[in-house]
Amino acid sequence: MNRRDFLKNTARVIGGITLPLTAFKIINPRELLASTGDKTKVRWVFLVDTYKCVGCGMCVRACKLENGIPYDAKVTRTWVERYVITKDGKTHADSPMGARDGFTTSKIDLGIDGYEDIKNADIDKGFFVPKLCNQCENPPCVQVCPVGATYQVPDGVVLVDRTWCIGCGYCIMACPYGVRFFHPVYHTAEKCTFCYHRITKGMKTACVDTCPFGARQIGNIKDPNDPVTKIIMTERIGILKEEYGTKPQVYYLGLDREVK
Amino acid sequence: MMVHGEIWTAKELFVYPNEYIYWSIQIVMYPFMTGLVAGAFVLSSLYHVFGIKQLKEMARFALVFSFALLFVAPLPIVLHLQHPFRGINVFMTPHFTSAIAAFGIVFFTYGAIVASELWFLYRKHFVEVALPLKEKQDKTVGEWLKFFIFCTLTLGVYDISEETLKRDHKAIKVLAGIGIPVACFLHGYAGFIFGSVKANALWMTPLMPVIFIMSAIVSGIALCMLTYIMTMEIRKFLASRKMTPTQRFQSKEDLKGVEVSVVRMTAKYLLFFMVFAISLELLDLIFRGYTAVKSWDVLRSVIYGRDFTDIFIFQYTIGNLIPLILFLMPGLTIRRTIVGVILVLFGVFMMRWNVVIGGQAFSLTFAGYMHYHMPIIPHDWETFKEGLFGAVSVFILPFILFWMIAKVFPVFDLKESH
Repeated sequence: MNRRDFLKNTARVIGGITLPLTAFKIINPRELLASTGDKTKVRWVFLVDTYKCVGCGMCVRACKLENGIPYDAKVTRTWVERYVITKDGKTHADSPMGARDGFTTSKIDLGIDGYEDIKNADIDKGFFVPKLCNQCENPPCVQVCPVGATYQVPDGVVLVDRTWCIGCGYCIMACPYGVRFFHPVYHTAEKCTFCYHRITKGMKTACVDTCPFGARQIGNIKDPNDPVTKIIMTERIGILKEEYGTKPQVYYLGLDREVK
Repeated sequence: MMVHGEIWTAKELFVYPNEYIYWSIQIVMYPFMTGLVAGAFVLSSLYHVFGIKQLKEMARFALVFSFALLFVAPLPIVLHLQHPFRGINVFMTPHFTSAIAAFGIVFFTYGAIVASELWFLYRKHFVEVALPLKEKQDKTVGEWLKFFIFCTLTLGVYDISEETLKRDHKAIKVLAGIGIPVACFLHGYAGFIFGSVKANALWMTPLMPVIFIMSAIVSGIALCMLTYIMTMEIRKFLASRKMTPTQRFQSKEDLKGVEVSVVRMTAKYLLFFMVFAISLELLDLIFRGYTAVKSWDVLRSVIYGRDFTDIFIFQYTIGNLIPLILFLMPGLTIRRTIVGVILVLFGVFMMRWNVVIGGQAFSLTFAGYMHYHMPIIPHDWETFKEGLFGAVSVFILPFILFWMIAKVFPVFDLKESH
């Protein structure tokens, strides 16, 4: 083979390989889905009105029952935190059993240090903050999963594939909000899914349905007529731990600077 | 119903309900073991690449030991997984935005380099064992087995002329040269796994991979020295009782002379890397204190309060300062070296401990703490594998493997191979 033939053949081979590869790009399934499907018209977001929350824990109980998280296991997909700020400027916070049974005592749970009794006269302010997965726009848990068992669906919710998760716990370590844990039965990473099995069928999440005070709401931020979207667009709202760059999609009304 | 992590985690003050110490003792063992792999390899490369002649005896030893350690390095992760049998998924569907996903590629690349370097190094030995056995009539079963193993290991290449051996030597040099960055990558990436977790205030620093590499080299050299001294002592013991026919020509005094000079030379490199590692760790600490970002309040209470003994007494004083003095004092003896390297190994282990466990000692709320109580007496599979016994098993295994591998790759009584 002389040089001319060699160059000719090389050009042919490269052309032959490149053309089918370009074809692959043309029928990229993701782009196809984006151009035909209407899934991208939905972006689920959550709105928590902390002024309305009384810390009854109904949402935690409902979530545990709805999503098959063992009732007595000390993990939960959603929980409620209690904050008490005293006159000396100190912040006291707790969430016993994730507030599954509500807050049955005014004493603050200090873990292994027991309980702290706070006199009513010393309290400046007190409030409750429900927590759940923020379904981040830039989810660090999805980024770090070594096998791709956790993923973000086009409407923004982050899910876990229980059949593929290896249980390394990297996603649990990566979440700045501490919403992930190992399922006590399946031993795979577990998290709040905004009740994906319900919201995709036109229902509300279990916690939203069960909240007697309307402190929790779920909506579609891409729909300008959605009541949740309207509140987010017009009211002064806050998000949690903005500094991590995760772009959380759970919005809070009445968020205090002391909220961890 | 017990949740994973609940059994060894004690929560104090305000901690999120789902927070537990999920990464326990096996995740301490993981960077510790990979660190030993990388360190041992770098030590062997000092001779092969940079031609530091005094390390010749140690180099071959370190390479074989690194190979033995390599098989154990993934074990802690597998033991830590909630679904160990799904570990293979990492190779099947690697998700490359994750640092752990690269494990397969880095690990196998590194393994291939070490294995091929070993092959070039021991090729002559394989041929020399296989050829006489091939010609020998009526072999015993043991000899058949030996013949089969060594014949396979030669990979069908029986040419051991002067010229080919010279080429082998060149190949070893190239492989060792490529191996250094790969070994550093293997371990640096273990550091990256931690350093890139933005949710963890203690872990997140770009210095983490570099700190890990430096301390890895320190620990690798220390372990090689320790194992080297141990095997030399055994040989000396055997030589004094004249139990080994193959080493008749070496007297106890000869061995001792070799041992001391090798150990002193290696100790110099150990010191060099130790100073690097300590400087970086202190830089990290000072920088955190100086910049004092939001997380510093809780970090300070952990570093100077709750974990003070673990960090400043166990890691810095016993694990760094004392061995530093021991090695710097003139007239280094074998006994002093043994104490020194054991303390160095302990110090590096404590550094891993303080990173992994210390990084989970405080809550994501920055307003609470978690205490780790390592399971000692196992009462089920989980408390075994993620407890003291699991960690000890992981640590002992490479020595057993080394003993087995050294039967095929003899580290001492080998005539010049290149």
